[in-house]
Amino acid sequence: MTTEERTPEPGDLADRDPLLGETPAGPERQPGELGLVELLRWAWRQLTSMRTALILLLLLALAAIPGSVIPQTGVDSLKTSQWRDRHPQLTPIYERLGLFAVYDSVWFSAIYLLLMVSLVGCILPRLRVYWRALRARPPAAPRVLTRLPGHAAYTTDLAPEDVLVRAREVLGRRRYRLRPATDGDDAVAAERGYLREAGNLLFHLSLLVVLVGFAMGSLFGYKGGVVVISGSGFSNVLTQYDDYKPGSLFDPDSMEPFRFTLDSFDVEWVTSGRARGMDRKFVSHLTYWPTPDSNEEHYDLRVNHPLRIGGTEVFLIAHGYAPVITVRDGDGNVSTRPVVFLPQDKTLLSFGVVKVPEAQPDQIGLEGLFYPSYVKVDGNPVNVTGDDLNPTLSLLAYKGDLGLDSGAPQSVYFLDKSGLTALKKPNGKPDRIDLQIGDTVPIAGGGSVTFEGVKEWNRFQISRTPGKHLALGGVIAALIGLLGSLFIRPRRVWVRARSGEDGTTVEVGALERSDGGELDSVVAGIVTDLQGDERGDEPGVET
Amino acid sequence: MSDLDWENLSQQAIAAAGVVYFLALMAHLVEWSSLRKVPVASRAERRAERSATAGGSGTLVADPIVADPVITETGGPREPAERTAMFGRLGLLLTGLACALQLVALVGRGMAADPNRVPWGNMYEFVLAGTWVVVVMYLALYRRFRLSWLGPLVTAFVVTLLMVAVIWLYGPVSPLREALNSPWLVIHVISAIVATAAFSLGGIVSALYLIKERSKNPDRGYIARLPEPKTLDRIAYRLHAFGFPVWTFAVLITGPIWAHQAWSSYWNWDPKEVWAFITWVVYAGYLHARATAGWRGRKAAWLALVGLATLWFNFIGINYFSTTSMHSYAGSEVSLVSADST
Ligand code: HEM
Repeated sequence: MTTEERTPEPGDLADRDPLLGETPAGPERQPGELGLVELLRWAWRQLTSMRTALILLLLLALAAIPGSVIPQTGVDSLKTSQWRDRHPQLTPIYERLGLFAVYDSVWFSAIYLLLMVSLVGCILPRLRVYWRALRARPPAAPRVLTRLPGHAAYTTDLAPEDVLVRAREVLGRRRYRLRPATDGDDAVAAERGYLREAGNLLFHLSLLVVLVGFAMGSLFGYKGGVVVISGSGFSNVLTQYDDYKPGSLFDPDSMEPFRFTLDSFDVEWVTSGRARGMDRKFVSHLTYWPTPDSNEEHYDLRVNHPLRIGGTEVFLIAHGYAPVITVRDGDGNVSTRPVVFLPQDKTLLSFGVVKVPEAQPDQIGLEGLFYPSYVKVDGNPVNVTGDDLNPTLSLLAYKGDLGLDSGAPQSVYFLDKSGLTALKKPNGKPDRIDLQIGDTVPIAGGGSVTFEGVKEWNRFQISRTPGKHLALGGVIAALIGLLGSLFIRPRRVWVRARSGEDGTTVEVGALERSDGGELDSVVAGIVTDLQGDERGDEPGVET
Repeated sequence: MSDLDWENLSQQAIAAAGVVYFLALMAHLVEWSSLRKVPVASRAERRAERSATAGGSGTLVADPIVADPVITETGGPREPAERTAMFGRLGLLLTGLACALQLVALVGRGMAADPNRVPWGNMYEFVLAGTWVVVVMYLALYRRFRLSWLGPLVTAFVVTLLMVAVIWLYGPVSPLREALNSPWLVIHVISAIVATAAFSLGGIVSALYLIKERSKNPDRGYIARLPEPKTLDRIAYRLHAFGFPVWTFAVLITGPIWAHQAWSSYWNWDPKEVWAFITWVVYAGYLHARATAGWRGRKAAWLALVGLATLWFNFIGINYFSTTSMHSYAGSEVSLVSADST
């Protein structure tokens, strides 16, 4: 931050502190005279000081911690509700403090908003100062160059004027900006590295851009998930989502009216080597219609390669099996449906629930495991791999009231057994029904279950994130600014030449205006260049 | 060569590298212990010497250790100096050799996987790669910053971490989950490793700065021969200033790009992300502190160490605290896209 021309001090770093550098003490004032305006000005100055910025930064870091330890509703709502159940005493307190949604909480927002205000308050004056500095001339040489942090001197036979001409050349070649020469100058003044401050300003401004982009995403965006069984489809309306997280200003009417069907799903199971049993090369073959009256299009959806439809994106995030099960009730009514089973481990051993509310005379519920590759080892059922080589179902049957009529929402993956009785075999053992494809097994007390076949399901995450390109552009700009800010070295160099008794004494002085430069080598380089073409002259560098 | 051969090669190479690093450490210890008997040249002498060799003060002029004019009461004047110089060079040479061996180990891990992949799929490989980058950085900067005083610390650091990796973190070569198969992830992890290495080295130097600052300028021993606090501070700054943009690139650009492709949203407040963000903010605080009156120097150095602590905590600790992380298998077996244990 170049202020007006002044003799630089080695401790010049301080003038980059806006508090110290930008706000010279006001006129003398009597005690007790602090008016409202002054008070406000004082508060503003405090808020935009480097120290406040630093403390707010540290607070931000501190405030982010609880969200990584306490389960967050926005990250994993299931875990959060489990945690609440386990901690009935803490839950109300945590709730009041917003600890289940730290990153949306008032206090977290307050910190980063204050930081942003501080940032704006800090940047605006710096922009003005920078604008002036850009047009200012490099300051004239201080009287004693050898007191500067970087300095060197030597004597030469060249006339002082020639040395200075050469110095202008040398420094010009190194892209220093030169102070215009005036008659009678005994020194050349040069400065470089103006872009450092520009980089720093760009960095800080870009942070604002990132925040805006991020806010757009969380306010106007949404994300939702849906499980689709192969052969069926999905239309992009709210009611078709299994779960759904809208931004606070999200307008459901703005959802794009596409639909798609999952035609088939491929997965490759590795059968040998280290990766045995691992699934890979997942591909969902989709047919989709961007709008209700557009032509159908096809897309092979893979992990890391989402399908973009307008501003909405569809991601493949999980897969599993959906056995097709037919249940006949005691009255002979038939219901057939694919049922989504949830994988319990990497071999896709899956758990699922079948509910038949329309069954007569009693409602029927089934619950149990699906083995894609069933093998019996020592009398125990084992699932070898996730490939459906030997699909087998093992279910327990219940009759009674499924509890669906109470109106309370119920998970399709959970069987509420409070109104149900487990069916027993005549010998008193639970009525376990083991089925392979094509098998039909009677249920104790009437009816039967048939395992018709296996379909696959995919879970899709569908989301719209407005502002994401803005945020990305912002971070990239911030990085570019940061690189400039950290690696461009603003520096002032002066070269003075005076004739003395044994020739011309040349002094080079340099002042680094940022941290971490290597002044000595810079000065040495300049000296070498200055002496470069003086043939026959053997300059001795001294200090 | 078969995958198994590669894996064995990697194993042998890492064992050899560990031994050679250990020998390097020994060489440095001999170097420094033989210097203990030798008083450091007085401050005035050193200053005189410095200004004779370089043009000024205040920049990265490390106090030449080995080249100190050594005059002892006991031995001949030159002898200890030559001996220490020799052991110093030996340590450096061994470090270079071990570094090459470690590279072999890394390549071996990558070639042992089927299909071949980058050698950072789990914690073990991450530590291998990270320490390797630390050593490469140390060697690359050795001359420029005259880092001879860092030799014993770097070798001790690397030996320790390699031991931890081999004993506790070792895992057989395993293939990557599909979601990890992304060029963005490769860039993301490389830059995270490089930044971690730079921050670790920077943290070591900041710690030395704090120690040196506090010490009452003894005229013997290791501390006495460290560069001036000012120089240490500056080296630490340079390392952090290199690490910070790389970290920015890793966690705020490539990480989110990949997360968006795999998880559908670029920022999920997943614990790993939260801690990467915390680390970023703390290091931003460090850079700020260096320009804030009253925070320069000691407080800034402490901030750098806090930053390093958050970084390492994120790598190791958070796995034990977090309740929900997509970066681990815990709790998300159903998902195709959980990332491995990095
Ligand atoms: C959003 C929060 C902020 C972040 C993440 C941030 C980050 C950074 C970083 C990383 C640097 C180092 C770049 C360099 O050394 O040139 C820096 C420098 C700087 N920041 Fe900030 N900053 C923030 C807010 C602020 C605020 C509110 C102010 C005003 C008080 C401010 C004023 C400065 C100044 C003057 C520098 C230059 C320091 C120097 O020349 O070394 N920053 N900032």
